[in-house]
Amino acid sequence: MSETEMVMEAGDAPVVYASPPEEALADLKERFPDIRDDDRPDYSGVIVEADQLLAVAMALREELGFNYLSSVTGVDLIKDNKLEVVYHVYSIEKGGGPVVLKVQIDRDNPVVPSLTPYWPGADFQEREIWDLFGIKFDGHPDLRRILMWEEFQGFPMRKDWREAFYEEDNKPFGSRWPGGDVIRAEELNRYGKNVTYPDGWIPTGEEYEVETDMYGEVAVQRDETPGLKTDKVTVNMGPQHPSTHGVFRMVVTLDGETIVALKPVMGYLHRNHEKIGERNTFIQNIPYTDRLDYLSSMSNNHGYVLAVEKLLDIEPPERAEWIRILMVELTRIVNHAWALGFLLNDIGALQTPMLYLYIERELILDFFEAAAGSRMMCNYMRFGGLAFDLPERVREQPTMAYLNELVYERLPTAMAEFERLITGNEIAKARMQGVGYLSAEDAIAYSAAGPLLRASGVAYDVRRAQPYSYYDQLDFNVAVRYNGDIYDRYLVRVDEIYESIKIIKQVLPHLEATEGQPIMTGKPQYAVRVNGGEVYSRVENPKGELGYYVTAQRRASNPDRYHIRAPSFINLTAMEKMSIGHKVADLVAILGSIDIVLGEVDR
Amino acid sequence: MTADASIPALESDIAIPDDVKDNVFITNISKLLDPVYNWSRRNSVWPMVFGLACCAIEMICTASSRYDLARFGMEVFRATPRQSDLMIVSGTVTKKMVPTIIRLYNQMPEPRYVLSMGACANGGGPFKEGYNVVDGIDKFLPVDVYVPGCPPTPQALIHGLISLQEKIDQQSLATVPWYRKNGIGTEIVPIPVLGPDLVDIRQLDLIRAEAKKVTEAEAA
Repeated sequence: MSETEMVMEAGDAPVVYASPPEEALADLKERFPDIRDDDRPDYSGVIVEADQLLAVAMALREELGFNYLSSVTGVDLIKDNKLEVVYHVYSIEKGGGPVVLKVQIDRDNPVVPSLTPYWPGADFQEREIWDLFGIKFDGHPDLRRILMWEEFQGFPMRKDWREAFYEEDNKPFGSRWPGGDVIRAEELNRYGKNVTYPDGWIPTGEEYEVETDMYGEVAVQRDETPGLKTDKVTVNMGPQHPSTHGVFRMVVTLDGETIVALKPVMGYLHRNHEKIGERNTFIQNIPYTDRLDYLSSMSNNHGYVLAVEKLLDIEPPERAEWIRILMVELTRIVNHAWALGFLLNDIGALQTPMLYLYIERELILDFFEAAAGSRMMCNYMRFGGLAFDLPERVREQPTMAYLNELVYERLPTAMAEFERLITGNEIAKARMQGVGYLSAEDAIAYSAAGPLLRASGVAYDVRRAQPYSYYDQLDFNVAVRYNGDIYDRYLVRVDEIYESIKIIKQVLPHLEATEGQPIMTGKPQYAVRVNGGEVYSRVENPKGELGYYVTAQRRASNPDRYHIRAPSFINLTAMEKMSIGHKVADLVAILGSIDIVLGEVDR
Repeated sequence: MTADASIPALESDIAIPDDVKDNVFITNISKLLDPVYNWSRRNSVWPMVFGLACCAIEMICTASSRYDLARFGMEVFRATPRQSDLMIVSGTVTKKMVPTIIRLYNQMPEPRYVLSMGACANGGGPFKEGYNVVDGIDKFLPVDVYVPGCPPTPQALIHGLISLQEKIDQQSLATVPWYRKNGIGTEIVPIPVLGPDLVDIRQLDLIRAEAKKVTEAEAA
């Protein structure tokens, strides 16, 4: 059965088949003569007038079959005094590349029509752009700041917005060289802290007496209908809560124990990855990507180096590609082991299942440590190759013997035991089956990615849809399930662990065959200068589709715009849809089944 | 207990009969109480379930089977600050999160300790220059132990926890601040406020003075 048929069977997928992006673009230009090509060198896509955006996007979705709005990005084009919003739209049925739409608007009064009413997946992304760039989205149902707080002054991702510790636009800072002088930023700041206030701003002191503001309204809504009276209560979960997987907060409105509304609140781990990334040189960003989804640092490295390699126009040698796939698939196992353990933790199987898979996770981390020097933050991949070759020995065993034992014995045994305990377990099934349902149609509309999307019956995996690295040469199945509940998300993750083991088994002989071959194309470079242009590169991370949007000028050593399409962040958009009608005890299970990591949600 | 070398015997002139010499030691009440008090506290430090970022993952690993924090009596992670002795600040402290952290700290009963885990909590780490990042939790809280690393390995965290135990060993009932009136380090830390930027209540006067300077400069 082909992937398309699978989708058709599972839900009411659109009947229109997508044509390749070039054809779709040509078609669009015929329908809308006003749209024009983006003629900057090495840029792709078309520029649409703001008032036509809705019509173009709807034609693209309804008639041309591009139904998956993957990424919405804001860009500050300060030289042209313009702001830009970039949309990457894919076709679930046909796979392949994106249709890229761009809207350019005046920097002084930036208003763009919102796509959220039609594509709910744009909800959080548009709020993020409003928060960081100050672009208003006309028609957005709930346009508030998302990562910063409401009172925050200014739009920090704009190029002319300066932080308290600002030194220079580009790293490495000239003020520190020659000599490598250490500057303590605290000593230069008049408050001795990383804070700055608008000129002449005077705190009155009164506004601080009510500090419950930041906790939202913990409110009771009176029921005015006749008959039995019940009150709705608004409850805050988080940001400090053992089951929110980090510093995440949900404002839940409950009718008795039933959820009637849910608003996720995030930004408690917003570490300004993109702002810092735009000042860093390209290579400096690699260790930062480790800290995005900190459970799967190798995969994050992979996505980023693939993006910059496109800008540099180089390719890694064969051995490096195979090692990359090995590392990325091991990361997938590590991540899913953790995700499954936490999911079961959340439904009450406290810690025991987690500890079962934990042993194998530690073995893989030991291998990472031997290869890259660090357990979690590997910082292992480089543009055009890898930082190091595989180590000679891991835990006093030759590396290949260690990997063979891991893949052929330890992991299958551990998984078999884990499955024997959990998969058929009545309690686990009772808690997971039928809870947190998300239909295939909704999953696509909400731009869900990864196991969340595939558990809803959409067989979409970037490794197959738009193959990168050597994935087109490997034999593996796209794990897909059709019920769209927590149990199916659990099963998809279990399946993916098996598929990853299968992939690694195919990779190991290649590693032996390429022993001793180079792992870098050319010499290792620290100050790379790129060809310039725009690139959007995506990989199938354990959590879903991870995309890097990078633009740079010709011969630049720093990116102009560096944006991350974070799967955890966008998957959370569907959280309210999945939770309404369920009991509050199911909420943590639904959140656990999305498998978020706050480093990536907030970036 | 008698054989415990950590309890120093009091030098005294009292003659001890030879037949019980090995089983008796003479001390005074403060020298006996302090080691017992500290011995029981150092081996039952209960940390709070409080993960901020990447470091939290290593903290969980430290608590799990391989590194086994139970060896130190620290495996009882409490989900409420009211029952915890130790706050492990495990990760990047952001401006949006810091009021919550201070509130949690204020809710912890004495004696309480703060362990700053990793580069971010120590001083902002790689994210220091970010507009939403607090450059070190010690700008707000008194920190007992700093653990370097990004993230620190479980071994490093355990080393930090052992250092904390050593610190506890050196405390004395006679001088610990939490039994004193207005003891240093026991006061409630004012919770910072999210205004146009993070506002530290203790700096209000400084902020007003700086604002005045700006307006005066404009007038001139």
